[in-house]
Amino acid sequence: MISLAHYLIVGAALFCLSVAGIFINRKNVIVLLMCIELMLLAVNLNFIAFSHFNQDVAGQVFVFFILTVAAAESAIGLAILVVLFRNRSSINVEDIGTMRG
Amino acid sequence: MLQQILFYLFSALVVAAGAMVITIRNPVYAALSLVVAFFASAGLWMMLEAEFLAIALVLVYVGAVMVLFLFVVMMLDINIAVLREGFARYVPIAVVFAVLMMVSITLVVGPKHFGLDQVAAPVAAAADYNNTRALGRALFSQYVIPFEAAAVVLLVAIIAAIALTLRGTRQTKAPKPELQVQVQRNDRLRIIKMEAEKP
Amino acid sequence: MKELCLYIVLAPLAGAILAGLLGHVIGRAGAHWATIAGVGASFLLSCVAFQRIVLGGEAPLNENLYVWLSTGGVDFHVGFLIDQLTCTMMLVVTFVSWMVHIYTVGYMHDDPGYQRFFSYISLFTFSMLMLVMSNNFMQLFFGWEAVGLVSYLLIGFWFKRDSAIYANLKAFLVNRVGDFGFLLGIAAVLMYCGSLDYAEVFAKAPSLAETTITLIEGHPVSLMTVTCLLLFVGAMGKSAQVPLHVWLPDSMEGPTPISALIHAATMVTAGIFMVARMSPLFELSQTALSAVLVIGSITAFFMGLLGLVQNDIKRVVAYSTLSQLGYMTIALGVSAYSTAIFHLMTHAFFKALLFLAAGSVIMGMHHEQDMRHMGGLRKHMPITWITCLIGSLALIGFPGTAGFFSKDMIIDAVKISTVPGAGIAYAAALTGVFVTALYSFRLVFMVFHGKERMDHHTQEHLHESPAVVTVPLIALAIPSLMIGAVGISPMVFGDYFGSSIVLNHEHAELMERLHEEFHGAGEFTLHGLMQPPFWLAMAGVFTAWFCYLKQPSIPGKVAAALAPVKRVLDSRYGFDAFNEWFFAGGARGTGGLLWRVGDVGLIDGLLVNGSARLVGWWAQVMRGLQSGYLYHYAFAMILGLLALLAVFVHKVLA
Repeated sequence: MISLAHYLIVGAALFCLSVAGIFINRKNVIVLLMCIELMLLAVNLNFIAFSHFNQDVAGQVFVFFILTVAAAESAIGLAILVVLFRNRSSINVEDIGTMRG
Repeated sequence: MLQQILFYLFSALVVAAGAMVITIRNPVYAALSLVVAFFASAGLWMMLEAEFLAIALVLVYVGAVMVLFLFVVMMLDINIAVLREGFARYVPIAVVFAVLMMVSITLVVGPKHFGLDQVAAPVAAAADYNNTRALGRALFSQYVIPFEAAAVVLLVAIIAAIALTLRGTRQTKAPKPELQVQVQRNDRLRIIKMEAEKP
Repeated sequence: MKELCLYIVLAPLAGAILAGLLGHVIGRAGAHWATIAGVGASFLLSCVAFQRIVLGGEAPLNENLYVWLSTGGVDFHVGFLIDQLTCTMMLVVTFVSWMVHIYTVGYMHDDPGYQRFFSYISLFTFSMLMLVMSNNFMQLFFGWEAVGLVSYLLIGFWFKRDSAIYANLKAFLVNRVGDFGFLLGIAAVLMYCGSLDYAEVFAKAPSLAETTITLIEGHPVSLMTVTCLLLFVGAMGKSAQVPLHVWLPDSMEGPTPISALIHAATMVTAGIFMVARMSPLFELSQTALSAVLVIGSITAFFMGLLGLVQNDIKRVVAYSTLSQLGYMTIALGVSAYSTAIFHLMTHAFFKALLFLAAGSVIMGMHHEQDMRHMGGLRKHMPITWITCLIGSLALIGFPGTAGFFSKDMIIDAVKISTVPGAGIAYAAALTGVFVTALYSFRLVFMVFHGKERMDHHTQEHLHESPAVVTVPLIALAIPSLMIGAVGISPMVFGDYFGSSIVLNHEHAELMERLHEEFHGAGEFTLHGLMQPPFWLAMAGVFTAWFCYLKQPSIPGKVAAALAPVKRVLDSRYGFDAFNEWFFAGGARGTGGLLWRVGDVGLIDGLLVNGSARLVGWWAQVMRGLQSGYLYHYAFAMILGLLALLAVFVHKVLA
């Protein structure tokens, strides 16, 4: 049988992959956004696994909200990206350093 | 047995697609890998009896969000070579971090604490169990206000995205009354003093 | 009776408010009529009270009129205790004050601050009455501070003079020292007796006689001694006893009527009155009484010596006041409270008279105060001369005058007293008599006799002062002559003071012995003629006559021969210099040090600028972290995540 731990470890693996992705794709904003989506996916997987094993629908409700917020976030993120590219002709993170202290 | 096969299949697919997302050169391929990862997790969610969310993930994420990603990636003319600079340099440190995290997370959520002997597998749902109905009941009764709030968040996101990217139409010529009423006399008329000249 | 007392107190206050706040409305004449009427009414009502309590034998009134505030189980009342002691003081205060009010009409005639002056002296009368009529420590302290305030205002009445401002500041500061002790004494009373009412405190006091408290570890001291000494510190400030006497000579910067009223007749005797009022407490501590006696002796003798070298007419009288206050304090020290109050009363009359006479002279001399520029005034100012002579005779204790009875009684009391320190006090009191006579008649001879040393212009304009000045002089000269013979028998030996003064058994015996030797005022006078004080006084008068009329060159030779002594006297024993150096200089030095170390170094340097610099430095460090690059922030987040995870792992493994 598949235990809860199995699902959680898959989620953990996905999460660690996305963290590593943030590290190695440090310059490409689009891939960064994708990594964040991946991270959220890992979290969602955990929620649903717990919801299933605890027989509580609240976990799924949360996933529902996370999906909503993630969709909104990626929409706005991509919009910002488009505006950024339009103004700078680049999405290289190293070029975005005007907030330097 | 079938369940285990499916689980390992989907898990492998998710992890492999995730790895592709972060390592592949071309963002278009990365986005497509992400789609694969979403599909695979939808499969996992199915196995966890979250049918509604699995379908929603495919429809909303794959159908809308990932298309938006692809759209943006293709629309922007990105110099991939520049963006890939230092990729190799950061791979070791990323691996170290990932492994460190993986080990520690596994220590916390591993079979020792969340194995079957700790958390028993739930009894299978009744034949007439309807995940969508159960989720709907929860959403529209207990979580109705957060649900409405989420709707507002989405609306705001739509408006924000439009407002951010809206460039305005430059070709059309239209009167702008709000500017017209603000015109001062000095903007339009200049009185100068000069010597009177003979005609 | 209660209403009567209320009117006595409020009449001068009403006058003060009228003259002070509506002075410009009612004008100069209005101001003096309002205040004179107020104080006059107060005096007449005091006579009624005196008649009823002292002569009529009514029971003393002790009543609370009003609860000012109530806190922690202690009530602060406004209340009156009218007994024989209070009545005597009321009579003295209102009478002298009334005379001074009238005199002021002449003395301050041309002064622009006319209404203000009347307002102040009326306010003073109110405060002094509140002080003497109080039935609790709180109101006593109110009156105490109020008279101090008015004294401050009046010393600096001519506020455009630097010396006056300096003098009133000095008076105020020195009195703060005394008042601080006084306040501590009141606090001690409140702490151990749990009440501020005289009656309750005095009832409780005997049970505390054996109580000791520990101020310094391992040295228990008697509670009563500490309390009485603290209260006496207050009296030392107000009644100008060494070493807190330094303000009184300088207070002569104020107008002369004030010197007469406040700094001779009434306010400065508040300390004496207070100690007499606290007799039930002081009787419980032999140590405190000895301290009082020694302080009084020092003041009486050494301040008298200073009177010899003064040339300012008012300062001579001021030092004589200090010396006489010393005599009263001596009387308190040997538990002869009634004698002290008796001397206080006679002194109030003759000293006010002397001051007013001096003021009259100063007016005649066009505000010249240096005695070296006077002389021969007796021809020009006969009434002033006669009254001043009467005052001086009373002061030196010429047999038959008021001062003779009170002063000789003090000397007799000291002579037979067995209190530790009585020997020194007796010597000081006796030699003090000689000194008193010497400086008093030095003044009389230098001012009224001998060559006319003033300049020609002044000489032409010399004339007797107007009636508003001479009438109070005469009115004060009469009691200066008579009150002693009338008062001694009932006041000192009779049952005059009733229960208002308490003596313990031992001291009561002393008064008994004094009484045995006393056989009426007439015999006392005859007896006085054969006593050393009289001969010493006569020797003083003779010396004064010889040195300042017969052979005016002698004082210069004596001064030259005793140059070091003269220097010490001229520097007033160095009290002023010491205070200036030690207290003022020390305070300035400490202030400067605290300013440099505390303010500039600690507060400005470390706290204010230091915290700003710390924030700046920290911001500089933090600034380096704000690279603006997204991946740096993401890295930081992941580090945080890892740390959080580490906590979880640690928990799980543990």
